[in-house]
This record gives sequence, structure tokens and C-alpha cells, in this order.
Amino acid sequence: MLHNKLFPKKTRGGKIIRQLREHYLRDDIYCGAPFCTVCDSSGARLSESASTILVVDTNVVLNQIDLLENPAIDDVVVLSIVLEEVKNKNLSVYNRIRAICDNSMRKFCVFSNEYHRDTYVKDMRGETKNDRNDRAIRVAAQWYQKHLGGAVKVLLITNDKENKRKASEEGICAETVESYVKSLDRPDLLDLLVRPSSEDVDMEEVEDLRPSKRKVIYSEHKPMSEITSGLHRGIYHQGKLRVNRYNPFEAYVGSESIGDEIIIYGRSNMNRAFDGDIVAVELLPQDQWKEEKSLSIAGEDGDEDEDVHLAPNSADVAPRTIPQQCSTGEVNAGSCRPCGCIVGIIKRNWHSYCGSLEPMPMPGGSGGVAHALFVSKDRRIPKIRIQTRQLENLLDKRIIVSVDSWDRQSRYPSGHYVRTIGEIGDRDTESEVVLIENDINSRPFSSQVLACLPPLPWSVTSEDLSIPFRQDLRHLRVFSVDPPGCKDIDDALHCYALRSIYFLGYYFVSNISPSCRAAYSHLYIADVTNFVFPGTPLDDEASQRGTSVYLVERRIDMLPKPLTEDVCSLRSDVERLAFSVIWEMTPEADIISTRYTKSVIKSAAALSYVEAQARMDDSRLMDPVTTDLRNMNSLAKKMRLRRIERGALTLASAEVKFQIDTETHDPLDIGMYQIREANQMVEEFMLAANVSVAQQILKSFPLCSLLRRHPTPTREMLEPLLRVAAAVGLNLDVSSSKALADSLDHAVGDDPYFNKLIRILATRCMSQAVYFCSGDLSPPEYQHYGLATPLYTHFTSPIRRYADVIVHRLLAASLGISKLPPVFQDRLQLTSIADNLNYRHRNAQMAGRASVELHTLIYFRKRPTDTEARIVKIRSNGFFVFVPKYGIEGPVYLTTRAEKGSGEWYVDEQEQKIKKMDGSLSYSILQTVQIHMEVVEPQPNRPKLQLTLI
Amino acid sequence: MEYVNPEGLRVDGRRPMEMRQIRAEIGAVSKADGSAIFEMGNTKVIAAVYGPREVQNRSQQMSDQALVRCEYSMANFSTGDRMRKPKGDRRSTEISLVIRQTMEACILTHLMPRSQIDIYVQVLQADGGTRSACINAATLALADAGIPMRDLVTSCSAGYLNSTPLLDLNYVEDSAGGPDVTVGILPKLDKVTLLQMDSKLPVDILENVMQLATEGCKAIANYIREILLENTKQLEYRRGS
Repeated sequence: MLHNKLFPKKTRGGKIIRQLREHYLRDDIYCGAPFCTVCDSSGARLSESASTILVVDTNVVLNQIDLLENPAIDDVVVLSIVLEEVKNKNLSVYNRIRAICDNSMRKFCVFSNEYHRDTYVKDMRGETKNDRNDRAIRVAAQWYQKHLGGAVKVLLITNDKENKRKASEEGICAETVESYVKSLDRPDLLDLLVRPSSEDVDMEEVEDLRPSKRKVIYSEHKPMSEITSGLHRGIYHQGKLRVNRYNPFEAYVGSESIGDEIIIYGRSNMNRAFDGDIVAVELLPQDQWKEEKSLSIAGEDGDEDEDVHLAPNSADVAPRTIPQQCSTGEVNAGSCRPCGCIVGIIKRNWHSYCGSLEPMPMPGGSGGVAHALFVSKDRRIPKIRIQTRQLENLLDKRIIVSVDSWDRQSRYPSGHYVRTIGEIGDRDTESEVVLIENDINSRPFSSQVLACLPPLPWSVTSEDLSIPFRQDLRHLRVFSVDPPGCKDIDDALHCYALRSIYFLGYYFVSNISPSCRAAYSHLYIADVTNFVFPGTPLDDEASQRGTSVYLVERRIDMLPKPLTEDVCSLRSDVERLAFSVIWEMTPEADIISTRYTKSVIKSAAALSYVEAQARMDDSRLMDPVTTDLRNMNSLAKKMRLRRIERGALTLASAEVKFQIDTETHDPLDIGMYQIREANQMVEEFMLAANVSVAQQILKSFPLCSLLRRHPTPTREMLEPLLRVAAAVGLNLDVSSSKALADSLDHAVGDDPYFNKLIRILATRCMSQAVYFCSGDLSPPEYQHYGLATPLYTHFTSPIRRYADVIVHRLLAASLGISKLPPVFQDRLQLTSIADNLNYRHRNAQMAGRASVELHTLIYFRKRPTDTEARIVKIRSNGFFVFVPKYGIEGPVYLTTRAEKGSGEWYVDEQEQKIKKMDGSLSYSILQTVQIHMEVVEPQPNRPKLQLTLI
Repeated sequence: MEYVNPEGLRVDGRRPMEMRQIRAEIGAVSKADGSAIFEMGNTKVIAAVYGPREVQNRSQQMSDQALVRCEYSMANFSTGDRMRKPKGDRRSTEISLVIRQTMEACILTHLMPRSQIDIYVQVLQADGGTRSACINAATLALADAGIPMRDLVTSCSAGYLNSTPLLDLNYVEDSAGGPDVTVGILPKLDKVTLLQMDSKLPVDILENVMQLATEGCKAIANYIREILLENTKQLEYRRGS
């Protein structure tokens, strides 16, 4: 082992400090080729029969990661210097290349050239960092060539001309990516290539839309130095760009420096920024703030019509509510929000997108290179130009495309094809698209994960019973209540009355009724942490997935199927391990004591909500389970009442339920999800358990508990609700959750659905509850607004939510049952877990909604329907309606697009009405209208649901 | 930050269980009764021992044992950013105390009543692990001064970063803010005389990390013994016998 010292200079805080670092050079770093005679080849990653070994340059990894991810490319040596450079430039690409290197199926080998005695290069005077690194790559390639001798060909892949030239001078075989891929004779791989921007010129013929001369469409981005100084002086404002989901030509930048959102209208003002980019914005002069609006309505492609969507159920999923003044353009400028234009992009948020090619005629000569426009499924993303050699295959497919560049001369960014998902319109393909768009991992579990499962078939052993903290509760009459067909049963209940001599019987309705003072309510939650140990691959996977995802026709599990459906699931008539919460309650449902214990139970019955409800309603039934159900229900009702008294909101959402054909998997019927007393009963006990557990874990671990909070909605967020309420003459008090709950209760209109509609609108104004680490916030912020409780967490569904698994561990540790895993000592890591859970949770919900939307479309494809709808939002050229029966929401246009803004209709802002100019016709908010729903296909393969007024 | 990459190499190219290169030299300060320079990678420490000698402050004199005093300081040029280091700040006072206590545990003080032993250690170049290096240097200097000791004291640190126990943290790893366990042992008696830790660690992991540090101490002890042997041989040679 050699030892060497390195003297780099490093700046920190503007100062230049000489830093001295040791750098040990080693001789025990192996080349990774199994046929190498010198090196230890036990851990060799390259293939046995490799004829060519590729050494890749940094730029190749950065730009062509899609190509590298293709299994056709193998036997690649990734140098540590390349990894380091990639890491500094683009972390997401770094993670991807690392994933390839870790994948045992791929023959990728990491060679630590920087620490190898023979491949380390010293900095030369006057050499830039880049040149030095290029030299290091060449030296390593040369070393490989020498080291492996004539056995294989070592090929340096670089797109850098200078590097390639020098390599050839030094006698290293070097090729560009293009020529290498061409030599492989795989046309599909060529599509994966990112075209270098110099080739951009021959893109000219692609678009007929474009002017024949290369005209500059966008203004230039300011250089970084100017942006930094501009930000410093307050001329520019930094923020994350969020594009309106419903209108891609409108975007917002939340800026801290002016404390408001800056609105950006139109493509040219957005200046090539994508949704999610961190951008620098310059405010437009005030007199232009209004002018810009004409742009937003006119659009540029006439492509801004809105689709029918599922009714949103929280502010996070709902389209951003644009203040009416701005969107209608008829109100005084004084109340306008600031508008701006983007002058520079600080950080790009490019990744790959799901969508399809814009229909186009086949070019004459087939087999050649064709240029096409890609339309993303996500409407916030502009069209992307791609080059393909397999156009005929791709036209009717859903494909994934990633973005490479966007120069000033092109209207659209250019990208490259990544892979095909399947045919457009096919249900499986579209479901897949839903999953990909929401970043949901639906791959089967890896063998490492499956190796963590207990041996199957699993059953409770005497060993489990002999553990002192596990209580044997198998003799108790336990049952579970879940949605019909539920396989992952994570909770079960039990209740019995305590005999005592003091009071007359309260619970037992029958004549044997003894006196009872209190009741024990037991809640059993599947003991998932008994099978998922911290730090195992199974745990890592579950923590990554975060939650199970429920689509209409399938479920993507967080834990492998044997655990989800069998070992953890509290099915009837089998012994299962559980984590129990045991309350002693008075008949008035006051909790006297709470106890937590691990237990073994044997469920007597797995009921569905419908069954449970039927049993409770059937007064002839007197069997023990039914009696227990009734007892629990009466307790639950009292608990619920108390909760509402405290100010918990009863919110409503328009959830729909499909009946799916068992064979074709097509939706047969669609209807609102019905909420029964049985649902509320189970929910009540779950809430109580979650609250109790939250208190318990926070008491033991004040700094590292995982809790769930629901922020109080700001007045701005409730604004749309208040406006609607004012228009219909309703007075809502939003000063506290209690006040809001009360005024919602009093909001009774002329028709029975009115109250629910108001509740739905209220729900939509709230943001979603989020997980957080208790050390990150101060106790007043822990509050859960919707449930009106100061503390809340998730404990009751560990099979399908990872948060519950964490809470189980915390609870077990607080009871002294097990030790707290080391993760909890790292607050940063815990925070990042909480963030990931929130992200996954939101995505899972979005995916669920998207899946419902997809099935709604399939359902209405064959069934044009007339139905009743309520107006929920007024726009200048029409309004949005909500269809209660199907839970969907969509636009109804009063004017056709061509005559838009012709002035026939005007909006009365105060009364929330849209009126015809001559006053003959008007529509007001919450009014009931009859509409016709039909699936139309304005463009081939692009079906959409259209709503028209009858 | 990644302190151990997936290939199992640390930022400076060592593997988790590897120590930095160590080097020692006896007799750097000829005026002192015993002195030594000890290097662990880029950490360089000089130690000088005076005594046993008359107690300077009579009131501190002890009739049954020797008084051990220790002063630790860092040279102004020891870190990159030449800051003037005030003497007697909390950190140096603490380290002085640690070194004094560690050395007191192995010096046979009862053999030298009514006398005083001064140990001066100064860090010439700091790159993490100064505490350990100081103790090692002081051991060598004491041995050089011929002060009776139970055993050598050697010290080494270990940390826990990226879920890996790491031996002998350098400055970069030390400033990561992770746990840093410094262990001092009497290698022949197999006893621990010093155990310090920054930050926190679960008990079972602490055992592993401590074990690793102890292994490091033993390796250093072997090296120090070699150096002493070499030195003694030279003395013998110079005496001409």
C-alpha cells in the first residue's frame, strides 16, 4: 500500500484556504474481470466471455443514462472519477448509475481508479479540472488495456472530440456513443440516444409549424452570475415553478422575496421552464399585468380545453384556484396579482415523461429517421420533439420520453425515446401509465426481500406464545369489519362488559343482563413488526414504497403477498399475532384506562361493512357477535358525538365505487361509495387508538415520534368556499374548526344534497394531513385540524402503510418490548422518511384517482348518459359542474371555442353568476343543471369525456 | 455525505478497518528529560517530559506520590487557518486533564513521592485524532525519560459513519459530527484507561466500535514497542557496550 499526499486548494466562504488531505493509493483494487489472472476475481462483475470492455466517459453517463439502463449494454467499467463527476453534476443520474452498478443482473463494474496505485494521476500545472479528469479516464482505460492484455478489447466511449483525439494518440481505442451503438446493429437502441445539440440543424424539416428560418423564439436565459446578483439586489425572484394543471400556459412561482405568488402567462414568458424547475423571475411592469391575460385565454395552440376529472377531495389535488379577477380580465387592475417572466433557470427538473406521439402521417421512406412530436399525459409538460427510427411501431403506443435540451430557436424541447409501455387505450397500458406517472413501484419484490419472509405456511408457534410480553387472548371473541373482499385485514375488534355489582346492566340487552360498570374495548392491529425487522431488505423496500396503492382493478402491495394476505392478515378462524390497544371505558365511552400489549388472537368472524350493518339492524339476531357489535356501536356513537362536540369536522368527499366484471375487468356499474354506521363505528375506534398511541409515543419519545398533523387552513384557502357561500346567502364562520363544523351543520338548503355539496366544497379547500417528525416542529403545530385533536398518528394499518410500522416500533420501544432501532436517533433520516411517506401517500391517492378516472372513461365509452349536475365554479366562457352520481367534475362550455370572449356572456362576480348579455339566461353557482355525458374522440386514440348542457 | 463508498473505500482511500500511517521518533527535544514526536497520518504531535523533579509549588506537594502535570496546546500553525489560539481555553484544559488522568493511571507515582512530573504536548499539525496522538506521544516521551510505568498507554479513536465502524478518523470524518469513540488501553494488562465518546450510539454498536478502537490501540502498542526497542538498541550502541 502506497501512501501519498495531495495538496489541493479549496475555497470556503469566499476565502481560499490550503487544504491538506491524505490520499492513500492501493494495490488491492481489482479490475473486475473474471478471466484476469493477476487480480482476485472472486468479486468480479464483468462477464466471463466479454469480448469488449467499455470504459465510459462522464458525459456519456450524464447524457446517455437511458442507453446504459438498457440491458443490451453490458460489460461496462465505471470509473470512480466518473461517478464523482456525475454525482456533482446530477444526483438523479448518479443514483441511476449506482442502481445499475448494484444490480447483480448487469455486468457493470466500478473501478476505483482514483485510489489505484497505477491509475491515479497527479494534477498538472495549468491543467483544468476537466482535462485532468479526462486524462484520468484515459489513463485508466490504458491501464485496463495493458492489464488485460490481448484477451479483450478495451473501448473508451466518449463524445468529447478532444478526449477522443488524445485517446487515439495514446493508442486507446475510442469511439463515440453513436458509432458504437451503430456497430451493435440494434436500431431500437439508436432511439435511446440523446442527440448532441450540434446536430440540431437537421431537425429543421420536422415541424411544418415552424418558420422556415431559424428564428429565435425565446429570449436568452441570463447567465448564472447575473441571476445571483439580480436575486441579491431584489430585481429577480427565485422560486419553484408550478404549472397550472388545467392550463399549461399559466404558471405560478411562489416567491418568498415578495411574499406572494407571481403569475406567469404564456410560453414566451415561461421561457422554456418546466414544471418543478427552480427559476429566477423578473416582474413585468405593472401596466402589463393585465394585458397578459388576453394571452391566457387566447392560448397559443388552442389546446387549453379542460378535461373531465374526478372531483378533487382536498386542496392539494384540486386545480389551483385562480382569483377570478385575473382569469376573467374584466376587473380593475388594482387587485391584480403580480405577473412576471422567467429570466433564468436555476435548477432543472427534467425527468422522463409518459405519453404518446402526436398523430402524423407516415413519412415516405420507411425505416429511416423520422421526427415526431410527443405529447405528455401530464398536461403541464410541453410537447417534446423526438427522433425515431421505428415510427410505425410507436404511433399508437404509450411511450416514455425523456428531455435532453431546449434551445432558443425551437418552440419545443427535444428529447429521446426511452421505452414503450403498450397500446393506447388498452386498460393495462393506461394503468401502467398511471403507476409510472405517480412514481409507483409495481415491480415484483426482489429475491432478497422475499428471503426475509418467515417460512411458509406460517402459524403461531409455542415459541411465540412463550414470549412474556405476548398475551394469549385466543379465548376472546374477536371479529373484524372491513370492506367486502378485503384480504389485508389489519384490524380486529373485541368488546365485553365488565361485571360489577354497582350499576344496573347497561350493555347486555338480553334478560341475563348482569350489572356492569364498564366495558373493555379491544382493538387488535396486525403485528407486522414481528415480521418486518428494521434494516432488512424487506424493511427498506417497504419504507421506499411507503404505502399500498389501491387502483380500481388491482392493488400494489407495500409488503409481499404472503405477509399482506396471510401471515399478518387477521383472518377469521386462524391464530394470528396482534398488537392490541385495550381500553377500559365507562358506558358513556369515557376512557378509564388504556393499555397496550402484544397478543395472540383468533378471529371469530371477518365481517364486511354490509354484513356488520345487516347484523346490527336485524333485531331478531341475538348471537354474541351481533351483541358485541351493537355494544361497540353504541360506544362508538358516543365517542363520535364527543369528537364532534370538540369541533371535529365532518367532511365529505365524492368517492365512487365500481362494479367490475370479473372476467373482462370492465366496469359494469358505478355509484357513490356508501358510508354506513358500521364504517363509522370502526373508524371511531381507529381514531381513538391513533390518538392514544400518539400520546403514548410522544410521551416516551418527544423528539423522534412520527405523528400526523393537519394544518389549519388559511383564510385564503377557504376563500373560494366563502365566496360560494356568500353567493347563495350562507354565512360560514371559519374562525375555528368548531365554528366551521357548526356552521356546516346549519347549512341546509332547499334540497337534501345541498349540505353535502357544501361539505364537499369545504373539504376541497383544506390541505392534506401530513406525517412529520415530532422533533421538527413545536407542539402547537402538531395539531390535527380536521379531527380537532392536538395529537394524531397512524397506528392501525401497518400492512398497508409504512408510517404505522414505524409507529408500531415506537410503541413497542416505549413499552420496553423491543429496542428502538438506530434510525430514530437520526432526526434527518427520520424527517426524510416522513417526507417520503407524504410523497408516496399523495402519489398513491393521485394514482387511485387517476385509475378511477380511467375507469369512468371506459364506463361511459359505451354508455352516453343524461344526468343531473351542480355548478361548482363559474368561468368566463362556461362553468364547472359536479356530477354527484358519478363523483366527477368537468367543464361545460356555453360558448364554442371559436367565439370565445365574444362578449355574449358576462360573469357577475358578486353573485357568482354567468349571465347572457341580454339578460335572458343566467346560471348561478350550486344551481342544478341537466347535462349529457358522452365520450368523444376529437383526435384518434385520445378519447375524452365531454359534458354538454341539455 | 458519503464517507464510505459502496466499494468500501473511505474518502482518503482507506478501508474502514485501516489506520493511517503512523510514525514515531524519540528524542526530539534534547533539553527535556524525555521527548517524542508521534504522527498519525497528517496529525503530528510533539511531547516533552520534565521530571521527576522538585515540586515548584510547595503547597501541591504530596508526601506519598508524585505530582503529574500536563499541558496541552495547539500550535498556531497546526490548522490551515492560522488563528491565534488562546491558551487555556476549555478544549485544551479538558484535553490536558484527560491526558493527565490517563498517564497518571500508568505512572508508578508512589515510587517518586514529593516530586513533580511535567508533560507538555503540543500539536504541530492537526488532522483529527489529536487526543490519541497526544497520549501516544506522551507515552513515548515518558518512556524516554525513564519514568517507571506499569505499562505503555496507547490510544486510538474509532467512529461510526454510514452505518460502518471506522478506525482512526481523520479531520474530514471527525467533523461529520458522528459518534467518535476514543479509547486508551494498557496493552499488556489489557485494561481500558480512557473511554470517551462524542455524540451517541446504541449500546450494541458501541461495543463493536470500541472493539475496533481497542484493536487499533494494540496495533499502535506493537509499533511503539518496536520504536522503543530500536531506541534502546541505539542507546546501547552509543554507550559502546
